[in-house]
Amino acid sequence: MKIGVVTFPGTLDDVDAQRAVTIGGNEAVALWHGDHDLKGVDAVVLPGGFSFGDYLRCGAISRFSPVMTEVIEAAHKGMPVLGICNGFQILTESHLLPGALIRNDHRKFVCRDQKLRIENNATAWTSAYEKDQEITVVLKNGEGSFVADEATLDMLEGEGRVVARYLDVNPNGSLRDIAGITNERGNVVGLMPHPEHAVEELCGPGTEGLGFFTSLAASVFA
Amino acid sequence: MTESRTSALDTVAVASTDPEREQPWAELGLKEDEYARIREILGRRPTGAELAMYSVMWSEHCSYKSSKVHLKQFGELAQETPRGPMLAGIGENAGVLDIGQGYAVSFKVESHNHPSYVEPYQGAATGIGGIVRDIIAMGARPVAVMDPLRFGPLDAPDTHRVLPGIVAGVGGYGNCLGLPNIGGEAVFDATYYGNPLVNALAVGVLRHEDLHLANASGTGNLVVLYGARTGGDGIGGVSVLASETFDADGPAKRPAVQVGDPFMEKLLIECTLELYGAHVVAGIQDLGGAGLSCATSELASAGDGGMHVELDKVPLRDSTLSPEEILMSESQERMMAVVEPANIDAFLAICRKWDVEAAVIGEVTDTGRLVIDWHGQTVVDVPPGTVAHEGPVYNRPFARPDWQDALQADGAEKLPRPSTGAELRSTVVQLAASPNLCDKSWITDQYDRYVRGNTVLSQPSDSGMIRIDEETNLGVSISTDCNGRFAKLDPYAGAQLALVESYRNVATGGAEPLAVSDCLNFGSPEDPAVMWQFAQACTGLKDACKELGTPVTGGNVSLYNQTGETAILPTPVVAVLGVIDDVTKRTPSAFEAAGQAVYLLGETREELSGSEWAHVVHGHLGGLPPKVDFAAEKALALLLREGVGLLATAHDLADGGLAQTLVESSIKNGVGVTVSLEGDPFLALFAESTARVLVAVPADRTGELEALAAKHGVPAAALGTTGGDAIVVEGQFELPIAEVREAWSATLPAAMA
Repeated sequence: MKIGVVTFPGTLDDVDAQRAVTIGGNEAVALWHGDHDLKGVDAVVLPGGFSFGDYLRCGAISRFSPVMTEVIEAAHKGMPVLGICNGFQILTESHLLPGALIRNDHRKFVCRDQKLRIENNATAWTSAYEKDQEITVVLKNGEGSFVADEATLDMLEGEGRVVARYLDVNPNGSLRDIAGITNERGNVVGLMPHPEHAVEELCGPGTEGLGFFTSLAASVFA
Repeated sequence: MTESRTSALDTVAVASTDPEREQPWAELGLKEDEYARIREILGRRPTGAELAMYSVMWSEHCSYKSSKVHLKQFGELAQETPRGPMLAGIGENAGVLDIGQGYAVSFKVESHNHPSYVEPYQGAATGIGGIVRDIIAMGARPVAVMDPLRFGPLDAPDTHRVLPGIVAGVGGYGNCLGLPNIGGEAVFDATYYGNPLVNALAVGVLRHEDLHLANASGTGNLVVLYGARTGGDGIGGVSVLASETFDADGPAKRPAVQVGDPFMEKLLIECTLELYGAHVVAGIQDLGGAGLSCATSELASAGDGGMHVELDKVPLRDSTLSPEEILMSESQERMMAVVEPANIDAFLAICRKWDVEAAVIGEVTDTGRLVIDWHGQTVVDVPPGTVAHEGPVYNRPFARPDWQDALQADGAEKLPRPSTGAELRSTVVQLAASPNLCDKSWITDQYDRYVRGNTVLSQPSDSGMIRIDEETNLGVSISTDCNGRFAKLDPYAGAQLALVESYRNVATGGAEPLAVSDCLNFGSPEDPAVMWQFAQACTGLKDACKELGTPVTGGNVSLYNQTGETAILPTPVVAVLGVIDDVTKRTPSAFEAAGQAVYLLGETREELSGSEWAHVVHGHLGGLPPKVDFAAEKALALLLREGVGLLATAHDLADGGLAQTLVESSIKNGVGVTVSLEGDPFLALFAESTARVLVAVPADRTGELEALAAKHGVPAAALGTTGGDAIVVEGQFELPIAEVREAWSATLPAAMA
């Protein structure tokens, strides 16, 4: 499978996402934010970073990059899209996912090894996990606090669209400890923690993030 | 300066017709004889713009006028590391070393102390920004940063202003650049109150063929300024801020601190690397302290000797800036490149792709003069070398202070010591929870240590380690160290102790130490006692580098670090970079499994002066620092390298001695240890003798370790075994890991709450 990894100006984790895609057994294709071109990929990762410096609301400018026109259209048609951290912020700004990410409640950037529970393993990006499997991946953000109104939160919970929840520590003040969500169809997933930093024993807290990059083949070919 | 906006432009022609005009040389930080020297060079009075250039370039920060005579000796060291000749050394933006497989690395540590006191967030942020641009300018991709920091007492009110701001600034800028922060230091001492130290280190990687140097060669080649627009920030920053002592009244110089834009710097990194890849850069220089004054004069004097610049073509954020201000501005995120005319379209196209503004502002000439015009009128016409390299050189008086003997006679060895097991136990906890030894994750959790996916070791390991090649697993390891108390007791030995600790930390992970970058932080050079400390530290470091075969590749000097009459502890921060051929085989620092045999390598002596124990328990500083033994350090480093694969873990002994090493080795993975100590248990636990490392090996491989130690002549003492959930010193005490972890991790969050 060909998985596109988009680079916006200020994207930082694009090299990491490409490496994770490759280790996950897929082909990584670099996509440039300024091109109206998905280069025939089967799925897209919007990686982490500080696109456009996060000087406006995080993701608010990237949402208007040319490539996002194509990503949004493809997502509506069912293409798997994974937004990590800044990518999650871009997905909410694009209205592909509900809610918003705001500044951490403690007002500091935080980088830590974070335990999560995968509550929905029926999405395109989580099928390699057991339901309620507990994993540890990297978390790093300054504006990672997930918020939405009560009705939206109830809807997400009711429809089983909470993909991952923080365990032990809520690192940023996210409502109901939500770390990641999906859309109704289960093809678009937004995740604040960084599974792409947990794919090699050598560099990071183990390999429990790899499932996000091996799920795809399983779900598409299933 | 403001006058020039309203009055007629001060051109070279005006300067000749109006030779006796009063000029603000004193306000710009020049001394009377320096101003006279400028007039002598030019054969007339300088224009306002020329005066601005000379004043910033001849400031202490840029010209190293007080330190030059002592720094010279680093040039005596062979420009060669254990892996071959250096590709670039002192005098370039940053040193470049061959690490094999066609790779080279560039690394450098630099200070941003004074701006970080005035404006902690921006001062620290732009410190990271500046050092990263030095690395890019060599042709390298930056791959990691580290930050040695020094603060006043943890409980002092101003520390609560300075520390959070500096940490947020280091993180805010480095995180946004996508550079992992893989280590550093945070040390507290009363002498840094009112004068914190923010040193920043960056390391970058390049292929040998990508090396770039700062020179403007090829008459007719174009001079391009690209990156951020030039604004009014940082004007006079170097001369006003870095070269004078703060008054006790506190900061009032805020406008002179630069403001950083890390997003622009990220674009600048990617844009510059793409420019290198397209082979359209003939010469390059970053803009840091002294801005355009520095870049134009240094590029011109290193090349064919001449440059013509049209200053009104510089893109401005503030259209009211005068030529003097444009030349002095320290606006961040700017680079200057020399480009062949045939390549200029390709160059500008790459800049456009990255939304980086670029302007052709001049060209290389063969006139031997740096000529700068402002709307067609010449405002600068100088020999560029006189600006860049012929600043004043001071032979400042230096003398061993009369208090040094009394200080050295007042050893900590005579202080009252804990004697019972219970007293030893509580001392271990007290030290582990003290500001210098406690858990630093309140700081390091604000830094991204994972980005780029190549971080093999980071805080709290002894050194940071980065994978360079994903196929071959070639990597580099870096450590920065300095114990300022040792340097106060004996500056010559103190600098050497900083080097051997850093060297040992790199070796502990399994890497081969190659080279040094130093950041020499001292008080006022106008104080002969401080100058003596500085001279001693330089000589000590040079002699030590010679012994260890590690050249100084570059670095930085920061003087005037004092508040009123109080100078900081002499703080020669030494960074050592090492290479490791296979990072997957590195030796971790904390115990990983129970049942392993624990050995202490090296010799413990009655050395307590300047120790963390004397500092924390007695508030005492006096005596002589631990003895430096280069032969022992080299033997130990060799053993550690040959022991890769045999050693399950290895942890250096330094601040806090064996006690703190046991604590750190146990806390990380919750694996305890039981040891029995020969001789005086207090000395065994708290002495800070050098050339010591605590290692663990599988129980069935102790014979191999003992043979290896014997081969290298390194004393090896079997201390005990890993396992359990406590640190047990037989016959003395048992300390549950949970208890010491709680004390160790509570200190910073409680202080910063």
